[in-house]
Amino acid sequence: MSGNFADLPKEKLAEIYEKMVRIRKFEETAGSLFAQGLIPGLIHLYIGEEAVAVGVCSSLARDDYVVSTHRGHGHCIAKGGNVRKMMAELLGKETGYSKGRGGSMHMIAPEIGVMGSSGIVGAGIPIAAGLGWATDVKKTKRVVACFFGDGASNTGTFHEGLNLSAVWKLPVVFVCENNLYAISVPIKKSTAVENVADRAVAYGMPGIIVDGMDVIAVYKTAREAVQRARSGEGPSLIECKTYRFRGHFEGDPKGGGVYRSGEEMVEWHKKCPITMFQSKLVQSKIFTKDEMEEIEQKCITEIREAAEFAKNSPYPSTGEVTKNVFAYEA
Amino acid sequence: MRVLDFSAAVNEALRQEMARDENIVIFGEDVGQFGGLFACTKNLQRDFGESRVRDTPISEGAIIGAAVGAALGGLRPVAELQFIDFVGCNGAMDQICNQLAKMRYMFGGSVKVPVVIRAPCGSRHPIASGAAQHSQSLEAWFMHVPGLKVVVPSTPYDAKGLLVTALRGDDPVFFVEHKLLYYAQRMPTLREKYPTLLCDVPEAEYAIPFGQADIKKKGRDVTVIATMMMVHKSIRASEELSKKGIDIEVVDPRTLIPLDKQAIVESVKRTGRAVIVSEDCRTAGVGAEIASVIMEEAFDYLDAPIKRVSALDVPIPYSPVLEGAAIPQEEDIIVAVRGIMGK
Repeated sequence: MSGNFADLPKEKLAEIYEKMVRIRKFEETAGSLFAQGLIPGLIHLYIGEEAVAVGVCSSLARDDYVVSTHRGHGHCIAKGGNVRKMMAELLGKETGYSKGRGGSMHMIAPEIGVMGSSGIVGAGIPIAAGLGWATDVKKTKRVVACFFGDGASNTGTFHEGLNLSAVWKLPVVFVCENNLYAISVPIKKSTAVENVADRAVAYGMPGIIVDGMDVIAVYKTAREAVQRARSGEGPSLIECKTYRFRGHFEGDPKGGGVYRSGEEMVEWHKKCPITMFQSKLVQSKIFTKDEMEEIEQKCITEIREAAEFAKNSPYPSTGEVTKNVFAYEA
Repeated sequence: MRVLDFSAAVNEALRQEMARDENIVIFGEDVGQFGGLFACTKNLQRDFGESRVRDTPISEGAIIGAAVGAALGGLRPVAELQFIDFVGCNGAMDQICNQLAKMRYMFGGSVKVPVVIRAPCGSRHPIASGAAQHSQSLEAWFMHVPGLKVVVPSTPYDAKGLLVTALRGDDPVFFVEHKLLYYAQRMPTLREKYPTLLCDVPEAEYAIPFGQADIKKKGRDVTVIATMMMVHKSIRASEELSKKGIDIEVVDPRTLIPLDKQAIVESVKRTGRAVIVSEDCRTAGVGAEIASVIMEEAFDYLDAPIKRVSALDVPIPYSPVLEGAAIPQEEDIIVAVRGIMGK
């Protein structure tokens, strides 16, 4: 799939660019708040992988579903998530998406179709199938985008979830964010096939490989898979070849440099999805440099305000620690 | 009197609730045309269609995981695990404990996940021995995961009313069904031995609230707290005990989460003695939890130590002789009760 964007309206391109920048700025700020000791929990940053979430979510309707992962901030923002509520959640505040009960790995925004992120690798895959089944039974024609990493493709739930979705022709788009490492273990040491997408044939669904650093290529690939899902033809597996620029988690020694070579990291940084897209947009004269800077400034301001909002928000009351275990107490 | 087998009572609850609420869907292994291994979903696919009653691949992780997703998407799925033992298969336990049970809480109350998981437990299979991987009683596992309700019916009447409550609530429910309870009508020997297995089941809809124990037999000397098949064994034991002049009270909690502590404690305060009978294995089991509740809330009323009657800490053996020795029998209940009565 080509990353050619000549056929796309300027507003769509602006929206795509803005979402990627918003993710980047959010994650940079989250990283810095973590370093300052203001974020009490584990965070896994999405920096470097922005084109995947934005490309996929730009092909979805507002009420389509997203099932997210431990590295989920990008998915939520790309689907239209509120960055104030997200940042407040990272700080463990009552104003967060999960009222401070979930943190980075457990965020949810049902009003925009983000149906939760999970800290368990591979757990979201059958959940996505179930959401697909619900849309099937209710005939709502919603589509589910299910994100997971290369590590998750080696879990049993990957096999069960893809098989079930295929045999029931569920409207799910499985998006493998192959960033080449399952924490520290390179994919070549964990996976015998060359590409995760090669496995699609075993489930009787299309398997497509796409450059995960090229947002337009991801967008166009996802758009086709979403259309296929919506028209009742069943699921697809899209493998996005990508790279995380930071460590597996904030605090990963040398930013993941213990298990990744310096040369490799430099090479991938050259493919930064935001820089690449930005220079293409300017070169093609669709946008001026000023317009691009304006978008960036807008995102910077927004994220700064989100951080202030989060810092100034109250913590949950300890009197409510047992609330919401159940819908109603007996 | 309208007598229904336990499995037919489960079936009737599912049927009536599916007719009432189109969001209720069923899926699991062999639940469709076959009607479930224990006939609990018999004819439901025929009557409600394949869209709402679906056979799944042998994929326990996907069965529970898809139930979670379907519930997030607005359905009320009833997922059947063919045997409770299979909860350990293929990521099902992760979906139950890390996803289903935690979602309401960890997402700050913004979602409900009304999944009902039905799972047959216990020794033995109605027609044969199940051995180590088809006979366990694992209900205590789920008492230890905040966010799940754990239901343990002992009669067809309770099964129907409790399942209706499960299907109308907004919480995840682990609904445990003891296999020996399923078809007493078809098993004359079992029925004659335990006549309490059969009871009146009204056709009209009714719901039994969770957290309300039922006193299955009134008595004054010893409170016997028993669940599922052990209720019937305790009642049978009571006949032998009454010949010795001991009058036991049989309290059936019906739900372990929530647990009707008040009913248990009040009974123990009246009798001054407690025996807990459950089929799960002894260590860290149902009996341990209930014993702790009694110690904390009725210690001053106890005239004797609390006794537990439970399965041995062994895998369930195949040979019927050993199988019988591994799980509680009437004789074990009699010995425990007489022991604390000193007669």
